[in-house]
Amino acid sequence: MKNDYQQIDPKTLPMPAPSHPPAPRGGDQEERQPQEQRRKARRKWQVFPGRNRFFCDGRIILARKSGVLPLTLGLILVTSGLFFVFDCPFLVQHLTMCVPVIGGVLFVFVLITLLQTTLTDPGILPRATPDEAADIEKQIDESRNGGYQSPPRTREVEINGQVVKLKYCPTCKMFRPPRTSHCRVCDNCVERFDHHCPWVGNCVGKRNYRFFYFFIVSLSFHTAFIFGCVTTHLALMIQEHETSFSHMDLELVVCFFSVWSIVGLSGFHTYLVASNRTTNEDIKGSWSGKSGGEPVTNPYSHRNICKNCCSILCGPMPPSLIDRRGFLPEDECVQTGDGGDIELPVLTTKNEINMVGKHPCLPLHPAV
Amino acid sequence: MLPCPSSSRGKCKLLRLQELQTPPVSSKVFIQRDYTSGTICRFQTKFPSELENRVDKQQFEDTIQTLNNLYAEAEKLGGRSYLEGCLACLTAYTVFLCLETHYEKVLKKISRFIKDQNEKIYAPRGLLLTDPIERGLRVVEITIFEDRGVGSGR
Repeated sequence: MKNDYQQIDPKTLPMPAPSHPPAPRGGDQEERQPQEQRRKARRKWQVFPGRNRFFCDGRIILARKSGVLPLTLGLILVTSGLFFVFDCPFLVQHLTMCVPVIGGVLFVFVLITLLQTTLTDPGILPRATPDEAADIEKQIDESRNGGYQSPPRTREVEINGQVVKLKYCPTCKMFRPPRTSHCRVCDNCVERFDHHCPWVGNCVGKRNYRFFYFFIVSLSFHTAFIFGCVTTHLALMIQEHETSFSHMDLELVVCFFSVWSIVGLSGFHTYLVASNRTTNEDIKGSWSGKSGGEPVTNPYSHRNICKNCCSILCGPMPPSLIDRRGFLPEDECVQTGDGGDIELPVLTTKNEINMVGKHPCLPLHPAV
Repeated sequence: MLPCPSSSRGKCKLLRLQELQTPPVSSKVFIQRDYTSGTICRFQTKFPSELENRVDKQQFEDTIQTLNNLYAEAEKLGGRSYLEGCLACLTAYTVFLCLETHYEKVLKKISRFIKDQNEKIYAPRGLLLTDPIERGLRVVEITIFEDRGVGSGR
């Protein structure tokens, strides 16, 4: 009997995991545990199952793989730095004071929106609790036994007259809500999943899409502005027969290539915002073509460009659902009784041990 | 079955007392999201059969409908939300560091509503509603406690 409890290591449990330490190996550990529980109240970010990193005690969230974020930051900082140090003084002298002011405002806006995109929870959905997962499994089994021949683990819902298939996520153990997709890089289901952007080192989803959009738009303006200023600087220097413009080569090259790609990307995302689509849906062609002879339409669009733009960019900011700084519910294990307290095998009978697998603090399925 | 070690007898007693004060969970019912109107937060108002002998159907539907109305208020697209969004954009979203969003204010209202409903209606009937925000706004979890006739469900 005791061996059954010792095999379970709470450190490998998915969220919610019990906050108390692993199964006891001796009686004296049981006395220390109440005190340890009071001292070591753990926050939910510490047992978060996705591939994310947390800083400042869960206040800041980052994807574990930062991708090429350092390169993005480096390019922005170096190019802007060269602009402010070399081009601004010349242009202030020859043109106007507004040049560094506009450049400064754009630079600050670009940096802040980049950091917001990178450090904001994109709309991660917490994984299903064991009870919820069991209930869903039961419903899946019932629908199979009922003889209904649907593809395994999908559910059809009608949204604004359009039939949409919801897929079951085996990692998060739930049917994904509409427009939600599981990011393989971050190992999370993200609401209104757009794409995982390696340049910002994070997923782009429901909560940070507006930051991402304003980042690429402001970066387009910033890059175009620097390109324009450097070209003007070059032209004025050629007029004055000056030949030392080595720093401008780097700025021109970076800006020239960036302008085309970033302006293009901004244009593409402006189209997506206006039609209320995500990159994921656009790539998959979810709302183009036909299904069963009927043309498919985007059920989420408000059928009005202005309303689509306002709802995505200026709509209410949804809350983070993962509650990173919340404390793990310590008392949940004790309240549910019936073999739930693994530190005290002496209270259990054989039946209670069989109940352990159904305990809400312990997983019903092995951790993925 | 192992004998109870003398060092943990105190805890054995404490647990038994806690078991008496908080009746063990019998089962849980999950009210799923209703996506017929899109991705807005809305729960199905269909009355689950497991609650038939526990709570009045109309009362249950009123609770869920009120919840739905509150979430609709939180996600409403209108002058206020656009103003909040524009202000946030102009301040490069730094305003969110200092001010509570309208959505967060409504979520607090929802928590108070659920607590109130639990105290007045559900707890005396051995039921407990869990705030959907604790389940990622996916389900309304209703815990059904065994009817032992010992205290309330909370």
